[in-house]
Amino acid sequence: MSVASAIRTRDAAELPGKRDEAWRWTDLRGLIRQVPAPSEALDPASLPPGPFDALADEVVIVTNGQGAAHIGVEPGESKTVALRVVSRGDGAHAARISVDIEVSGRLTLLESYEGEGAYLGQTGLMLSLAKDAVVERIVLAADDAEGVTVSQAEVGLAAGSSFAQTVLTAGARRQRIETLVRHPGGHAELRLDGVYLLADKRHADLTTSVTHSAVDGTTQQLTKGVVRDQARAVFQGKIIVAEGADHTDARMGHHALILSDRAEVDAKPELEIYADDVACAHGNTVGALDEDALFYARQRGIPEPEARALLTEAFIGEVIDRVEHEGARDIVRAWAAERLRV
Amino acid sequence: MLSVSNLHAAVEDKEILKGLSLEVPAGEVHAIMGPNGAGKSTLSYVLTGRQGYEVTEGSATLDGEDLLALEPNERAARGVFLSFQYPLEIPGVPALTFIRTALNAQKKARGEPEVTAPEFLKLARTKAAELKIDFDMLKRALNVGFSGGEKKRMEIFQMAMLSPRFLILDETDSGLDIDALRIVADGVNALRSPERGMLVITHYQRLLDYIKPDRVHVLSGGRIVATGGPDLALELEREGYDKYARAA
Repeated sequence: MSVASAIRTRDAAELPGKRDEAWRWTDLRGLIRQVPAPSEALDPASLPPGPFDALADEVVIVTNGQGAAHIGVEPGESKTVALRVVSRGDGAHAARISVDIEVSGRLTLLESYEGEGAYLGQTGLMLSLAKDAVVERIVLAADDAEGVTVSQAEVGLAAGSSFAQTVLTAGARRQRIETLVRHPGGHAELRLDGVYLLADKRHADLTTSVTHSAVDGTTQQLTKGVVRDQARAVFQGKIIVAEGADHTDARMGHHALILSDRAEVDAKPELEIYADDVACAHGNTVGALDEDALFYARQRGIPEPEARALLTEAFIGEVIDRVEHEGARDIVRAWAAERLRV
Repeated sequence: MLSVSNLHAAVEDKEILKGLSLEVPAGEVHAIMGPNGAGKSTLSYVLTGRQGYEVTEGSATLDGEDLLALEPNERAARGVFLSFQYPLEIPGVPALTFIRTALNAQKKARGEPEVTAPEFLKLARTKAAELKIDFDMLKRALNVGFSGGEKKRMEIFQMAMLSPRFLILDETDSGLDIDALRIVADGVNALRSPERGMLVITHYQRLLDYIKPDRVHVLSGGRIVATGGPDLALELEREGYDKYARAA
């Protein structure tokens, strides 16, 4: 049972729903009575440029589930690839993309979801990092308010490799961005960050699961979000430290601002630790904007909407500052600022 | 300049100010002294429009304009500046960004041209040097991790940058050692001018050795119960507030 197979078989009963523990806050089964017909093919040449095209050595486009299915980085090679996942129309489509980074290869993967319509889309990514490979993955999810999308990435690390990820999303009618990481320790480093900025009735679900299976691994995770109107955010972060995975250092933080009475944030941070000698911590806060700070800014002459935007931008700025690629950092910062100044 | 008349104000339905009247003409520095709980901070928040401070009666005008009808940021744009007793920390916003945003917002509200980045930085460097503030500190998030004294100095720096017309200093001396106090007082005194008015709120007389007031008012029980010259501050220092607390 999976979203991809539901789309393939057009059987809505295969969609995950609230009876599935991992999907209880992102119920697709209850939302979609009938899986839409397959999406029509879409000519990539008809598209406007993507958000990261100017930064990339290579642009890979997947339109309505069709297009290049593989990105490879040779041993020692270093490159920046823009991966555009484009959805148009009201159909259903699924795509599968594999990304292989060979020994000591370096990849900056600038991934964008660009949607228009009431589509149902699923994207499955398999990322495989060889020894000492270094990857920064930045995901900018700009789906349609009527779209339903699921992005599922499986990441396999090797000893000495480094994987840093920042997901930024404005949500969709229902949206889930999932990252599962196999962490072998061996001084491999993992950063899994996220930002959600949700308005209207949008929904976003950031789900991560990291399994540390051996000694000497680190995981740093920071997710921050802002919800307003009747939006709903879901954060599920799980870190498993298996028996014997000693000296694991794992930190998880999730902090949300709720800017309206009818907005909702559901958070489930989970640490499962079976090893003895580890440093693990998690923090989770959900609150409103600091009214005292707001008054302070207004006393200095900053009008209320601008003061709110300044403080919320600063709040999520902590996550954006961690993006290493400078050009991409500027783009996502501007993207976020635009969404906060409404 | 500032004219407060029969001001009554409540916090959570509890009346704190009970008919306070006060005139501060342009060019003068007035001190408000009083025991804890007299309503000193309430007065500063009512004048600046903090939420939760409800005016039930009376008026407060600046050069004839009704302050109480204005939003906090509109009052700031008219030139009202409050140096907070406990300045807030603003994580993620560098001090310079915050102050430039404030300055340009005020200028925009007044229909003046905004300052350019080079003009702003030049001004910031000059004022920082005068107040002995390390310029690098201004690149850090405003007040985050600053000591009490540094925060107070940052208030005066903001004041110097924004160049307000009416200054309210709420317990600006608390948390300052004698050297910092002198620097802060120099910063405040540099702003004294025939067009500006100041209200210096303090519990202790010490600050008034450095910022010499024209008039001293005693606030007790939500009202001004005595007014005098600078000597009144010395008398209070010597004899305490007991007699005024009884009068209230």
